[in-house]
Amino acid sequence: MPFIPHTEEEVKQMLDAIGVDSINDLFDEIPAELRAGDLSAIPQGLSEMEVSALMNSRAMQDGQAVCFIGAGAYDHHIPAAVWQLTTRGEYYSAYTPYQAEASQGTLQLLYEYQSMMTALMDMDVSNASLYDGATAVAEAILMAVRGNRKSKSKRILVPRSLHPAYRKVAQTIVRNQKIELVEVPFDIQSGRVGHTELEKYAGEDFAALVIPQPNFFGVVEEVDALTDWAHANGMLAIGVVNPLVMSVMKPPGQWGETGADIVVGEGQPLGAPLSSGGPYFGFMCCTQALVRQMPGRIIGRTVDLDGKPGYALTLQAREQHIRRSKATSNICTNQGLLVTAATIHMSLLGADGLANVAATCHENTNRLVQLLTEIDGVEPVFDAPAFHERVLRLPMNAGQALTAVAEQGMLGGYDLSREYPELGDAILVCATEKRTGEEMQQYAAALSPVLAS
Amino acid sequence: MSNIPSDLKYTQSHEWVRDEGDGTVTIGITDHAQEALGDLVFVELPEVGNSFDAGEDAAVVESVKAASDVYSPLGGEVVEANEILADAPETINEHPYEDGWIYKLRLVDAGELDGLMDADAYAAHCESEEH
Repeated sequence: MPFIPHTEEEVKQMLDAIGVDSINDLFDEIPAELRAGDLSAIPQGLSEMEVSALMNSRAMQDGQAVCFIGAGAYDHHIPAAVWQLTTRGEYYSAYTPYQAEASQGTLQLLYEYQSMMTALMDMDVSNASLYDGATAVAEAILMAVRGNRKSKSKRILVPRSLHPAYRKVAQTIVRNQKIELVEVPFDIQSGRVGHTELEKYAGEDFAALVIPQPNFFGVVEEVDALTDWAHANGMLAIGVVNPLVMSVMKPPGQWGETGADIVVGEGQPLGAPLSSGGPYFGFMCCTQALVRQMPGRIIGRTVDLDGKPGYALTLQAREQHIRRSKATSNICTNQGLLVTAATIHMSLLGADGLANVAATCHENTNRLVQLLTEIDGVEPVFDAPAFHERVLRLPMNAGQALTAVAEQGMLGGYDLSREYPELGDAILVCATEKRTGEEMQQYAAALSPVLAS
Repeated sequence: MSNIPSDLKYTQSHEWVRDEGDGTVTIGITDHAQEALGDLVFVELPEVGNSFDAGEDAAVVESVKAASDVYSPLGGEVVEANEILADAPETINEHPYEDGWIYKLRLVDAGELDGLMDADAYAAHCESEEH
């Protein structure tokens, strides 16, 4: 059943009114070789019943593997209330408002989200979200190039210890704007950004230094020293953080002498299910000084003519519907649904709840690493403190080991050998608050014979 | 009818120029421009020491409904920027030709001044834009 409201009679009347014989004639301008044909390779449509049966059989192939993979997306417990509320029609169907001030409920929710994020990051301002952590890093880089008035270069220092997907996405987005991302190696022993390697760039003109915390390996970076080094060398400091971890670690607003300038990251840990990679949301915070360079929607609180509080989109002159090609970004939306879930999630857990979750993840990962390193040949790779994730080296091909463990119903970790071949057969493991002692024992029990063979 | 002082020079993009007689000029936006923009909420000033060619964007003025580029009418180096605009951007609305000046430029080529419009030509230009 097509969802076009016009009857054939009405279509004919409209065509007669404009003096055209058929709808196809309106596409005359498009060259014949560019027009779609009759799509004969597409099979016939299925009925709703047939589609349901097909989807059911596909779903049964998913399995219920126990997840020990982190690497940017984490298997956290989401209280039932979060999605019970988020899937209510009023929240679920609301798109990013264009007649914004008519959607006071949506604006209030986004304002509360922004308030929570600034509290968590201890920064001045937050926007109403971006697509995901990876594109948020790209936006932060673009913002730093615009916002660093002292720097003439379009070069950014990016640690190799930053999530490889974020680096790739940032590269894709910025390269056509002639922005150069210069990679800083990590110290092979600690897993941190290498001091000596970084010092090589002292005094050179870079717009910003990207500082992940924790980095992709779970290793805790020396953020105070890095932030101060960046500022001393005329660079902005861009923090890329796990929002859950910020509930227990020093937030970017307190890094170094004056704090980070721009903070971004992936919001998935706050109430978004793994869902095969998305949808997630990106967050961005910055200092008051940089607020006019910040992309994305920003909600402000104000009063109406009667003095009653109300919410409005603010600083819109930066956005593309006004500033066009000189806008801060082409983004004109936000991840409203995921932000709704995150806001409810943060409200339910509160500061203490979030801190408890983070601490439990850290404890569990430590327990997991202890169990696994008891197996002959399994060794931790880095000696610096790590939070919530750890890199382990295996005595055999990492991919094969993980496949063998997967056959036992467990996703053992992220295979690092492809993106970090210098680490050898290394995997990144994570145990969130959901992982039980029993599951960890099962993992060790499954891995041990695989490595021994 | 907007105010167009006769001792200044003008551009088609609604900037005014005052020749200070010592190789520098003072630049701002006209009464016509400030009225069209509405209440200004922010001014992004050029950095002292930066150089511009004639026609390059030098500054940005932002109102509640638009953010407009201010183009440099002439080529030169920025020697001063009007810092009070950081806290009081509305000064441009109230006094576009005096306290609301935006920046001062040391000229590369004083001859470029001849290419600018005088008050009458600018008035005619504004009239023609009305249609």
